[in-house]
Amino acid sequence: MAAAGRALRLLPLLAAAAVVLEPAAAVWPQPQVEGYPPGRGRCSLPPRRFRFAYAAGSAVGPGCAVLEAAFQRYWALLFAAARPTENEPPWGMPCTQLLVFVATPGCDGFPSLDSKESYKLSVLEGSLLLSADAVWGALRGLETFSQLVGRDENGTYYINKTEIVDFPRFPHRGLLLDTSRHYLPLRAILETLDVMAYNKFNVFHWHIVDDPSFPYESLTFPELSKQGAFNAMTHVYTASDVQTVIEYARLRGIRVIAEFDTPGHTLSWGPGAPGLLTPCYLGKDPSGTYGPINPILNSTYQFVTSLFQEVSAVFPDFFLHLGGDEVDFTCWKSNPKIRVFMKEMGFGEDYKKLESFYIQRLLDIVSSLGKGYIVWQEVFDNGVKVRPDTIIHVWKENSIPYMEEMANVTKAGYRALLSAPWYLNRISYGQDWMAAYQVEPLKFEGSPEQKDRVIGGEACMWGEYVDVTNLAPRLWPRAGAVAERLWSNATVRDLQDAYVRLADFRCKLLGRGVQAQPLYIGYCENEFGGF
Amino acid sequence: MGRAMGLAGLLLGLFLVPAVLVSTSLRHGAPRSESESAPAPGPAEWEPASGAVPEDSLWPLPQWLRTSRRQLQLAPGRFQLVHGAGSSAGPACGLLQDAFRRYYEYMFGQSRRRKRGRRPVGARAEPELSQLQVVIESRDPGCQSYPHLASSEAYHLTVTEPVAILKADEVWGALRGLETFSQLVHEDDYGSFLVNETEIDDFPRFAHRGILLDTSRHYLPLKSILTNLDAMAFNKFNVLHWHIVDDQSFPYQSIYFPELSDKGAYSYNHIYTPTDVHLVIEYARLRGIRVVPEFDTPGHTQSWGKGQKDLLTPCYNGEQPSGSFGPVNPILNTTYDFMTKFFKEISSVFPDAYIHLGGDEVNFDCWKSNPEVKEFMKQQGFGIDYAKLESYYIQKILDIVSSYNKGYIVWQEVFDNKAQLKPDTVVQVWMENNYAHELSSVTGAGFTAILAAPWYLDYISYGQDWKKYYSIEPLDFPGSEKQKKLLIGGEACLWGEFVDATNLTPRLWPRASAVGERLWSSRNVTNLQDAYKRLTNHRCRMLRRGVAAEPVFVGYCPHEARGQ
Repeated sequence: MAAAGRALRLLPLLAAAAVVLEPAAAVWPQPQVEGYPPGRGRCSLPPRRFRFAYAAGSAVGPGCAVLEAAFQRYWALLFAAARPTENEPPWGMPCTQLLVFVATPGCDGFPSLDSKESYKLSVLEGSLLLSADAVWGALRGLETFSQLVGRDENGTYYINKTEIVDFPRFPHRGLLLDTSRHYLPLRAILETLDVMAYNKFNVFHWHIVDDPSFPYESLTFPELSKQGAFNAMTHVYTASDVQTVIEYARLRGIRVIAEFDTPGHTLSWGPGAPGLLTPCYLGKDPSGTYGPINPILNSTYQFVTSLFQEVSAVFPDFFLHLGGDEVDFTCWKSNPKIRVFMKEMGFGEDYKKLESFYIQRLLDIVSSLGKGYIVWQEVFDNGVKVRPDTIIHVWKENSIPYMEEMANVTKAGYRALLSAPWYLNRISYGQDWMAAYQVEPLKFEGSPEQKDRVIGGEACMWGEYVDVTNLAPRLWPRAGAVAERLWSNATVRDLQDAYVRLADFRCKLLGRGVQAQPLYIGYCENEFGGF
Repeated sequence: MGRAMGLAGLLLGLFLVPAVLVSTSLRHGAPRSESESAPAPGPAEWEPASGAVPEDSLWPLPQWLRTSRRQLQLAPGRFQLVHGAGSSAGPACGLLQDAFRRYYEYMFGQSRRRKRGRRPVGARAEPELSQLQVVIESRDPGCQSYPHLASSEAYHLTVTEPVAILKADEVWGALRGLETFSQLVHEDDYGSFLVNETEIDDFPRFAHRGILLDTSRHYLPLKSILTNLDAMAFNKFNVLHWHIVDDQSFPYQSIYFPELSDKGAYSYNHIYTPTDVHLVIEYARLRGIRVVPEFDTPGHTQSWGKGQKDLLTPCYNGEQPSGSFGPVNPILNTTYDFMTKFFKEISSVFPDAYIHLGGDEVNFDCWKSNPEVKEFMKQQGFGIDYAKLESYYIQKILDIVSSYNKGYIVWQEVFDNKAQLKPDTVVQVWMENNYAHELSSVTGAGFTAILAAPWYLDYISYGQDWKKYYSIEPLDFPGSEKQKKLLIGGEACLWGEFVDATNLTPRLWPRASAVGERLWSSRNVTNLQDAYKRLTNHRCRMLRRGVAAEPVFVGYCPHEARGQ
């Protein structure tokens, strides 16, 4: 009988690994180079005496906000469970400090696409040294360090001798959250940023508004959220919320790229911005419904200019995400004024030209504000003329194979971001992290120059079926698969090895209070919700 | 239903609404259409989920319901749930006292903490509803007893000025009625609590409405189980099928055989002590929920082997034992000695009249490899039909359990493999392939059946799969009226391969609610649009009550979950 057995023994090869694992050894995502110095051994870490400190000659030192905050965070992550009276370790040479050396100054800036995240961590006899080019690399190294620390049966903290040289494979490793289809409380966003840092993600793509709701409280156009949020008092992000997110992210080496998607996906903008959206027609009369942004009015561009002026100032990252996906032409086609405009412009019946006309002007506006931009692939597909430094975000899984799209985009000289195989909102039964893990972003026909134009990718968690009730377990550890693909070496793709490390990492996440769901059968020493 | 239609014209100022027609009679505005394939759904789909009309949030929908536009106001400071005149239950009925307090909290708990903006009662035109009087009509209210398969869950609720009256034969019906009453009470924009004048006559369509939780593949902390029992009560489920042990771990701490969990649990922490088990049983009882434990044998028992020597069959590799073990060894007397003692304990620890004995997915490879088992087969004249050996074992287990005056539920294989079953055996149908045919065979043979096959909620998929579960009609199988009566209900199963405390609640709720309504409400309650609206509101109410039920689709709740 073809009935699916209820025990459904998936992947028996992994069954043996479905048990708790000796902690400490595994790091997620896997570092690029890991060497074991001769004369293996471990050094113990006495919680009461252990300190992070700056190495001699470091370009940054006491007072470096990013690192001071990180030291505090990681000390707590490592030793929060230690009792204050913890005895001194009974064996070996204790390591009492991790010395941090940063070559270039800069503690107050924001991370960027060009930030250096490489680091070197050496754990030798009695000495721990973390060195990095920039503070952003030091943050990554601290995370690795924290994952290497284990605890033996007597409760003694220890770290095995090791030497790690590590750097990201791709500079843009993002996670998209959608706060329009469901509102996510600030706390959920901040917790996600924490877990992103544990996974070495470095871009929070904030799909902040869309058709269903407009939770962003604009200073220039307060009516947008007043009329467009699910609830103008409770389901909004105030200016201070946004600042909190940006700063919280910065302290973790994470960029915040805001997406204000136009001209489609803007229904929620309409109530607070009269005249912005295209009135749709039923025959000769307005139907009372609205379509995409109205691209034929000067007032539209005045509005867009003012809004993006604000957004450019609020979000410090060089890049804005301008959307540009899924523009439905039906409403434009129904509107007589638009049809007249099409004729005047000589667009014929090709509404893609109208879309391009709008996008073009939008890009000019945003360029003039000194920002770079990322757009969804349709903007490229529709032949909109964009600046050569535009980043094209590939998301369509089926229209043409996404790898072909990656080849096309990079061949045309644009930089590309991959998301198509990483729509984590699309759930299915079983260990679907494996499919996400097995994606190889550079597996397309193209020159080395083309491959260089792939700057990374993003895991996307669209919000149709996701809110704070299920966000964390749906995201973690599945997004971890994407994180390793984007950070670790292309050769790191062994599923069994990944399973063991990811299962272990997931238990670490539980220990850190993250509601990460299980990969498969088994248990963790710390269960969510206790016993 | 006919009753409602006939009365319609007679009642001045009252809507008379057979439950199935609620959607057409009371809709304010067009029903929300909803589609999951469209990339840019229309705006009507994400209307706020704040039901202004109380029937918009009833879940599962009562069998018969009449409601009026006339509203009554409830003052949290004065409103009381009390025992009504003539009730056989009184203040000594702890079960109802607890339920009164619980439902008072569900109705008013949130708002007592934010009194700001509250207008004094009297500033409104609405008359006040001062009490809900609960009347238990049978001589013995059953406050100390356990719910069972034949318990009456029917109730009659009348909400009129100045007091509402809830009548039920037994406390179990009163619990269901309290849930319904609490769903009728809603808060308006000014923070006033209102209820529409209403009359409801309600009873379950099926007697067995279960949720299966699997605590072996992943351990579930007690708190998760208790929260789930809360949610079950909100959805009028009445059976917790506790699949407590399986191959992967043995978290049940046995009194007679402590080694089973000492060796077979994931760790010293991953166990259910006798106190834990009693707590679950009592917590469930107070909510009118039966706890049916499953101790699945002879397969699915790897974890038993660690703490009980010689219980499992040693598998062979040629002439030599391979070191691995198969199902319970059915040829040894010691096996049955063990089972006799073990099930004696289980029979006394779990008060329900039924024990689930499993019996599914027995793999014969190991038995086939074992020379002693082969020898036994020959002696017994079983030939090479290992299903006969399985039946031999099951038979003996059934006899043991019968001797403790317990009934039993088994998975369908036991029936399929033609084990001799007592006529009152309940057969649980779980194989998805052609389950209607299986229901037909099981009931055709005169056995009672429970349906689980289409409701394996651990099989997740993208989108609104609750519709699939909702659209199942359990009686849609070939058979006589008599056969249909033998289908006593169903269960939503959340197997634990990919589920633990981190994702249990959002994965189960509100998807299991779809099954809850299918098993409680009238057969003709099938309108998906109407269900969508009520389910969305019901989900928001679960959030408000502290159950992190996931969203049905795009939208929001006035009170969002706070996260974990």
